[in-house]
Amino acid sequence: MTPTAPDATPGAGGAEARPARGRPRAAFGPAYGALVALALLVAANAAFTPNFASASNLWNVLLQVSSTVLVAVGMTLVVATGGIDLSVGSVMAVASAVGASLLDRGAGAAVAAGLLAGLAAGALNGALIGAFRIQPFIVTLALLITGRGVAQVISDGKLIAFRNPAFEALGRGRLGPVPAQALIMAAVVGAALAAVRATSFGRYVIALGGNEKAARLAGVPTGPTKVVVYALSGALAGLAGLIETARLGASDAAKVGLTMELDAIAAVVVGGTPLTGGRASVGGTVIGALIMQVITTSFNMRLVPFSWSLVLKAAIILVAVYVQRPKLA
Amino acid sequence: MAGGPELLRVRGLTKRFAGVTALDGVDLTLARGEVHSLVGENGAGKSTLIKIVTGAYARDGGAIELEGRPVAFRSPAEAQAAGVVAVYQEVNLLAYRTVAENIYLGREPRRFGLVDWGRLNADAGALLARLGLPVDPRATLGSLSIALRQMVAIARGVSLDAKVLVLDEPTSSLTEREVGTLFEVIGKLKAGGAAVIYVSHRMDELYAVCDRVTVLRDGKLVETRALAGLDRLDLVCLMLGKRRDEVRKGSTAFGERGGAEGGGELLRAEGLTRGRRLRGVSVAVSRGEIVGMAGLLGSGRTETARAVFGLDPLEGGGVRLGGRPLALRSPRDAIDAGLALLPEDRKGEGIVPDMSVAENLTLAALPGLTKLGIVSRARQREIVERFMRRLSIKAYGPEQKIRELSGGNQQKVLLARWLCRDPKLLILDEPTRGIDIGAKGDIQALIRELARAGLGVLMISSELEEIVEGSDRVVVLRDGQVAAELRGEAMTQDAILRAMAGGEGAAEGGAS
Repeated sequence: MTPTAPDATPGAGGAEARPARGRPRAAFGPAYGALVALALLVAANAAFTPNFASASNLWNVLLQVSSTVLVAVGMTLVVATGGIDLSVGSVMAVASAVGASLLDRGAGAAVAAGLLAGLAAGALNGALIGAFRIQPFIVTLALLITGRGVAQVISDGKLIAFRNPAFEALGRGRLGPVPAQALIMAAVVGAALAAVRATSFGRYVIALGGNEKAARLAGVPTGPTKVVVYALSGALAGLAGLIETARLGASDAAKVGLTMELDAIAAVVVGGTPLTGGRASVGGTVIGALIMQVITTSFNMRLVPFSWSLVLKAAIILVAVYVQRPKLA
Repeated sequence: MAGGPELLRVRGLTKRFAGVTALDGVDLTLARGEVHSLVGENGAGKSTLIKIVTGAYARDGGAIELEGRPVAFRSPAEAQAAGVVAVYQEVNLLAYRTVAENIYLGREPRRFGLVDWGRLNADAGALLARLGLPVDPRATLGSLSIALRQMVAIARGVSLDAKVLVLDEPTSSLTEREVGTLFEVIGKLKAGGAAVIYVSHRMDELYAVCDRVTVLRDGKLVETRALAGLDRLDLVCLMLGKRRDEVRKGSTAFGERGGAEGGGELLRAEGLTRGRRLRGVSVAVSRGEIVGMAGLLGSGRTETARAVFGLDPLEGGGVRLGGRPLALRSPRDAIDAGLALLPEDRKGEGIVPDMSVAENLTLAALPGLTKLGIVSRARQREIVERFMRRLSIKAYGPEQKIRELSGGNQQKVLLARWLCRDPKLLILDEPTRGIDIGAKGDIQALIRELARAGLGVLMISSELEEIVEGSDRVVVLRDGQVAAELRGEAMTQDAILRAMAGGEGAAEGGAS
């Protein structure tokens, strides 16, 4: 037989007939739309919002977005496995309370303990999901509820204020003009991009989300991979909680990370990682988080009521999900 | 028969996908009471044709007339309302709803605005009884076997008063007995004046149930002919676009038997027990030997494969490989020991659809390609290129998403996923189901070649031809037990059928 094109049969869906010639699987491949939206937002603000394009303001945007990006990067991996982590905001609070209450033993101990608390909380999520096969939504919802309670018990329900320049540098330090947390963010994003693109762990995450049964049959360690993914999400949430705490110079267990899970999920979704899993767009997530932050910042600068920025964000989330919906035949 | 008045007429149907022509001016006519077979290799345009006729795709050119009136369905729902109903290969029903609800989904009988459950169940029960299906209308669909689910899907089509019923690979998961039931149902539809478009890769079935056949190739109409008097070999030649003298006699491509028995025992599974599905199955495979495993659906074939591979925990029995007992807690253990399993459900358990050909191919081999967690791109490329060439996998390149490939090429990628690990034992569960003849031949020839090189193969298949021609020895399962073990001259389709059917006498179906 002489096939003209290698099987242009739409066997199950129309997508099968579409030749995908040489399209690179770039980390932000599916997020071109988000990138265009971000560019338009920035351009419009640069033109019409006074002082928006100033260096200090742009550093400020980065400073404010970094906690969300840290959490959202962990969330991207979780969502890529087909899961969800609702507990990130509460884990931030736990790490904040743990860190602040151990500050008298030194900044290093505080940070290590905070990170460890986040990692442990995440690993617990992962173990319940991976080994006991409870739905991620339920498991992490439980920790969303209990986590903040635990944080408030640790901090005795009070605001813990502190003076510790070494620790505060985490949220207030700068290297030249660059905020410390922006550097941390860049390092984490770089590591996550590399993990998704080049490591077997990244492959396992995508395979797990794409078809868990097939992954298991091919020898992918599905349980351990889930534990690691949720543990990473927890550790990154812990890191974000510590940074927020350092920035404020106080730990407020009732407020740190409140509704962070929603911001993170929004960034992931706008960035082109589908909630069904099987794809991880770390670059897209960064863009998604930036879109949300630019909206907040520009509305503030133009003195538009904050509530309107929420409406615009909601619209962007819906449009993003609509544009990226799976194409049906 | 094909002489009845015309029911459906398709003329010059054309469809393009992003510049690729999937259908090119295809004609098709259906008479009332006709069962019309649609055949062709993957890529021929069968699915596209069906999807246009049933409203799932819009056409780019051509005309469709139903009972003399031009129609242009914009959705499957519109087509259904007009009496054109498709029952697809993958059953699209609601697993958590009852059989009756699924049959009358969207058309539930109502009383005072509420669903009339009594009538719903009674109507469904009557319909199922009329079709001779032993199914409780109140049962949850998900609790039924795949075969019965498919019959429910067909019952739904019948309940829609279908004038044209499209059956896409309807028997791919049915047992011989259920195939018989299906054929009876088709007979009733015919008698009622409906027409059936029947898509199947199985020659026996085409000849048993169809009146005419339309052959498509590369999106073009090759020929429409009456099946009576059409030689099988001629039909295959039409499908492949080959001249008759090029096609070897015998429809499988296994070639000569290796005769490699006595290569030393490789696998010995003994007394495998798990619930009612596996009741003490024992099977052995030697190096270089292809052991066929036959049996009706539910006889324990797939369950045996899964147990040997460590997918389902055993309640009794054990597996030895090369004399050593295997502790099988997960597929990982089996893979590390040198086992490989090509699953029956390619879509559900085989491919990771959104990953590329390269990523799918190397999924099981990653531990060997990874250093300090980093996958070696160079070694990956080397393996992927080698196996894409060796198995002649047709894709635009290693980066193409596997879901965009035809079934046959997907299967080759999955086979390569294991071969690149250099396994000792290959367990194949329906290795050629639902794939085109070309790829089927490639895979069969490859299996034989691998066995010659010393690989042990356990091959499960519902195609008796494939079992008889491809195996050195056959183990027949029935109700979770080994019913017979046949070799040499005793290994005939007839003997296997009899063993599958058991003591009640000769097996039905199997018009060979």
